[in-house]
Amino acid sequence: MLAQGAIRFKARLRMCGIGSKHTLRMTPGDINRIIIIGAGQAGGEAALRLRQGGFSGDITLIGEETAPPYQRPPLSKKYLAGEMDLERLLLRPASVYADETIALLSPVRAVWIDRANKRVRIEGGRELAYDALILATGTRPRQLTLVGADLPGAHLFRTAADADAIRPGFVSGARLVVIGAGYIGLEVAAMARQKGLDVTVLEAAARPLARVTSPEVSGFFLDEHTAQGVRFLLGGQPALIKGKERVTGVGLADGGEIPADLVIAGIGVNPEITLAQQCGLRIDNGVATDASCRTSDPSVFAIGDCAARPMAHYENRMSRLESVHNAIEGAKLAAAAILGQTQSVETPWFWSDQYDLKLQIAGLFQGYDRMVLRGDMADRAFAAFYYRGEKLIAVDAVNRPGEYLGAKMLIQSGRSLAPDLIADISRPMKELVAAAN
Amino acid sequence: MPKITYIEHSGKEHVIEAPAGQTVMEAAVKHAVPGIDADCGGACACATCHVYVDDAWLAKTGEASSMEQSMLDFANDVTDNSRLSCQIKVSDALDGLVVRLPKSQH
Repeated sequence: MLAQGAIRFKARLRMCGIGSKHTLRMTPGDINRIIIIGAGQAGGEAALRLRQGGFSGDITLIGEETAPPYQRPPLSKKYLAGEMDLERLLLRPASVYADETIALLSPVRAVWIDRANKRVRIEGGRELAYDALILATGTRPRQLTLVGADLPGAHLFRTAADADAIRPGFVSGARLVVIGAGYIGLEVAAMARQKGLDVTVLEAAARPLARVTSPEVSGFFLDEHTAQGVRFLLGGQPALIKGKERVTGVGLADGGEIPADLVIAGIGVNPEITLAQQCGLRIDNGVATDASCRTSDPSVFAIGDCAARPMAHYENRMSRLESVHNAIEGAKLAAAAILGQTQSVETPWFWSDQYDLKLQIAGLFQGYDRMVLRGDMADRAFAAFYYRGEKLIAVDAVNRPGEYLGAKMLIQSGRSLAPDLIADISRPMKELVAAAN
Repeated sequence: MPKITYIEHSGKEHVIEAPAGQTVMEAAVKHAVPGIDADCGGACACATCHVYVDDAWLAKTGEASSMEQSMLDFANDVTDNSRLSCQIKVSDALDGLVVRLPKSQH
């Protein structure tokens, strides 16, 4: 636990509807200075949650990117298509951080953490002291370790800057090779077809979305993309990126070649744990934390994509989730822990937009032993419910928001529904959820 | 620029200038109107931007799509005036729009 004592607490009067400011004292902590490393959605949200929760001390938010915290999900969707500009992508107007007296240092890299003396060194050598530290360092995309991967026209995809670099070549008639058929790869492929690019997806596994969904749902997305004109090379391995001055194709391990003007790799990410390792925090896939996002050092928290924590609805299995929900929840949990408040947790949720398909996911499907389909895939509106034994653990809902929200509520409350009931499409989801126990 | 009035469950009003083309949710989030979390950023994936459209404006805001309606079926305190504010696009025709926020998002 943090040292016992008092924390300066400014009641957020605009939330209470009172006009003046006053100071309260509350446990736990002598926390006057909080540093947050990482200014993505998790880091930005943590800073604002601390303020909204009444923290009136110093907050320093350190981000490597130029832009203030922004939404990443639209990068592979509307932002890539040019239908959304950076200002609209921002989670809050840039002025909010100054208004809330949050010191946003960007683009700035944190390079060293001294836990013994509670200091963070930033590039240039300046050192900042903290009473509580929040790591929200996110992930780094896996690099293509291929000859030619540094050629112009070959891209990784994680940031707004990556999308900006891709967009000029993301035009009708261009030949695009997407390496990796995860959510990012398939969202890019969908947007590319809508923009009139010629698209080939190269995937090492035998099916798209192999890590994140069942073979049945993978098959549905494979068929949809194929119908939209995407070519798939499954079980295919890239050997090199071809070209002299810029990309002209992708050479395959079996000797073949796919001509290309543009190559986008979405082959997964690794948690950015360099600083956590450097300062000796416990690592378990990501930075390991307890249920309140506290690391092996009680003064240090880790949230968002870089952190792994026990999942309340899944027997406290340690999981590192890459999602908006997890970014926001980690921010809420760490802020609550620092302020000595309580915070409930939600069933994990995710989404992916491809063409006119809205995939909404609730829960974690890993370890399921039975999949029950509600609705018909041919209608392009169905939901796949995943069970482990009698217990409902997850749903993939395609154009079926009611099934998604209904399942989310069931998992949240530890209830289940018999598989034969779920499969009965004649009974509305709302009625089924109300009758569940 | 169109003006939108958001009324918190407590009765507190926020009058905000919202650019046409953005959504009623986005304008609220950018100005930190309490009670509109909009966790998913407007992807119609989270149902945390539920509002009640003032009776006088129902015709102009139009009807919820079937997808939005399915989300609303599972939201709290839903009425005939319920909408997800991420699905209402601001236009000059909506200048003066009044929306109220539900208790559950307070």
